[in-house]
Amino acid sequence: MTTTETPPTGAVPAAEKKNWRTSGGVRGWFGRQHWAVRTVLALVFAAVAYLLPYAGDVPVLGPQIITEGIDWPSALFNMSYYVLLALGLNVVVGFAGLLDLGYVGFFAVGAYTVAMLTSPDSVLHTEWPWLAAIPVALAIAMLSGLILGWPTLRLRGDYLAIVTLGFAEIIRIFATSSETLRGDRGFSDIPHPPGSYADGKPIFGVADATPYYWLGLSVIILVIFGVRNLDRSRVGRSWLAIREDEEAAEIMGVRTIKYKLWAFAIGAFIGGLGGVMFAGQQGFMNSQTFILQFSILVLAGVVMGGSGNLFGAILGGALISYIPDRLRGIEDPIFHTDLFGFRFAIFGLVIIAIMIFRPQGLIPSRRRAMELKDREKEVAPQ
Amino acid sequence: MNFSGLIQDFGPLTITGLAQGAIIALFALGYTLVYGVLRLINFAHSEVFLLGSYACLIVWGLFGLDQNSATPNMVAVLGYLLLGLLAAVVISGVTALGVELVAYRPLRRRNAPPLAFLITAIGASLFISETVGVVTKRNITGVPPLIRPTDVVVIGNMHVTNLQILIIVLALVAMFVLDRFINRSRLGRGIRAVAQNPDSAALMGVNKSRVIALVFLIGGLMAGIAAVMYDLKIGVTRFDAGFLLGIEAFTAAVLGGIGNLRGALLGGLLLGVLQNYAAGLFGTQWLHAASFVLLVLILLVRPTGLLGESLGRARA
Repeated sequence: MTTTETPPTGAVPAAEKKNWRTSGGVRGWFGRQHWAVRTVLALVFAAVAYLLPYAGDVPVLGPQIITEGIDWPSALFNMSYYVLLALGLNVVVGFAGLLDLGYVGFFAVGAYTVAMLTSPDSVLHTEWPWLAAIPVALAIAMLSGLILGWPTLRLRGDYLAIVTLGFAEIIRIFATSSETLRGDRGFSDIPHPPGSYADGKPIFGVADATPYYWLGLSVIILVIFGVRNLDRSRVGRSWLAIREDEEAAEIMGVRTIKYKLWAFAIGAFIGGLGGVMFAGQQGFMNSQTFILQFSILVLAGVVMGGSGNLFGAILGGALISYIPDRLRGIEDPIFHTDLFGFRFAIFGLVIIAIMIFRPQGLIPSRRRAMELKDREKEVAPQ
Repeated sequence: MNFSGLIQDFGPLTITGLAQGAIIALFALGYTLVYGVLRLINFAHSEVFLLGSYACLIVWGLFGLDQNSATPNMVAVLGYLLLGLLAAVVISGVTALGVELVAYRPLRRRNAPPLAFLITAIGASLFISETVGVVTKRNITGVPPLIRPTDVVVIGNMHVTNLQILIIVLALVAMFVLDRFINRSRLGRGIRAVAQNPDSAALMGVNKSRVIALVFLIGGLMAGIAAVMYDLKIGVTRFDAGFLLGIEAFTAAVLGGIGNLRGALLGGLLLGVLQNYAAGLFGTQWLHAASFVLLVLILLVRPTGLLGESLGRARA
């Protein structure tokens, strides 16, 4: 970022030169196209996303992209639930500006509810099919969002961060220590999603993760539509107002309590959805899945990609899953261990570098970028 | 719920809690000082502690001490302790300064939004702890038994060991010296001035960057002392030791009123004791959950902590 010289007070700022950057770059160009062109481009983009499992077959470029230490469709599926989590967290952090460090808690609630209802290991002995457990899991995840949101309404910024962090830790400790949630032994034989091919083989098997990735991608597309519409509605505008100045928003008649709870509930809903998908694919889970570093990783993804921007969050979510998976199976030259072990350490450095050189993230939210510029003008020159 | 157990073991739980709390309090100082001056959660402080806890082990390792060696004689123990403390304090202090220089200073210069600081701090924390994790292959590292815990005072079923006394006394001395320093010295006055109002302080000729660096350094020194005592008390350390204890230290800082030095001491001791009572009441696996429940409750009732949160105004 270069600091632009501010004109003396009263003077009209010189008209900015019209170029690719000032007219909004790629996104500006996209916005100026006819709606039909935009639809076609979006469809092409979606089609490419659906064809990603076959990326390895592309000559020259393909082998560079796909992961070596883990099969490519599984890596794609991992990316899909990370993206889902990033989208959910983006609602809470990016839209409403509520710093949530314990987001993995909702993921855990979703996954555990599915496990409790479906796994034969559960004390409930209900053994529902996966599909039937989804509505219950999502409802409970949303409820847990409200339960976390309600007592923390009074807290701001850093305090909120630390309380949400505590919330996730309590869930993890509860999962580890309580007999009902089975701790490290976990739940096995969680059923996969239903459906079978014509020859009777199940679509969602253990060997090939491609159908799971397609399922995840479809859910992501639905979530994108939902979240985008919310952001452009009255709810989204209220979130924006709360994020920028809570007192001012309240005075202007925004019902801050209601919309903050909305943000928590919707974030929790999407997080729970991620957990449901995860449980359905893995078939097994225990308390070790929900470590705190996971939450922090997702948060880092959202901020790295561009907090407040849907496509930033998607990119960030995909990167935090892709980079470590890509590093898997590559030997490092110094310690001769798998580079996968270094994944968090490398992340740490990448995060610092991105925040120093691009504090608004890789694909910044344009509205937030403008706000940031305003703030720079406000502070006295040093 | 085991009330009779709690009442029966009240004495032992209290003294264990106090020793635990003394370590947490020293650790919490780093959070509280930085928050008081910069209004920033120094998430990487846990790794300052972590490197301290390994630094003294490395120094002791140079003398051929490991977890299986016999306890040396009195004079040697004293020498080792001093050397270990020195190493931990130096490494922790340097780490804290390094984090400030690499992760915070560039952002401050660019007027980055507050969230950006938290993210770089997380980045620094991940980098340090995971590098230690890779180097130690994520195994636990044993600590040489420099001090064999022996009972010094016995009251009823309460056995106070020499190690517990050492920890509590050392922590209180460190806190006392720091309190004097902040309240009486010229540099301490600078710190209080910047905490109260950074711009006015700068106008009065206080060098803000130097004060900030100093605050990180002091936090690092205290974390170094805490790290040595942690090693001696727990007997093992691991790459994620700093992270886990760091959350508790932060809780303690918030409990006492973040930004308030005496609050950190009070919060640390209180947290240590209450944790152990909760462990006695519900079972040891709930020890850590208790601290979070406590944190949430305190914040709901009194969001500024027990003693209020100002470093500048509370004269502490």
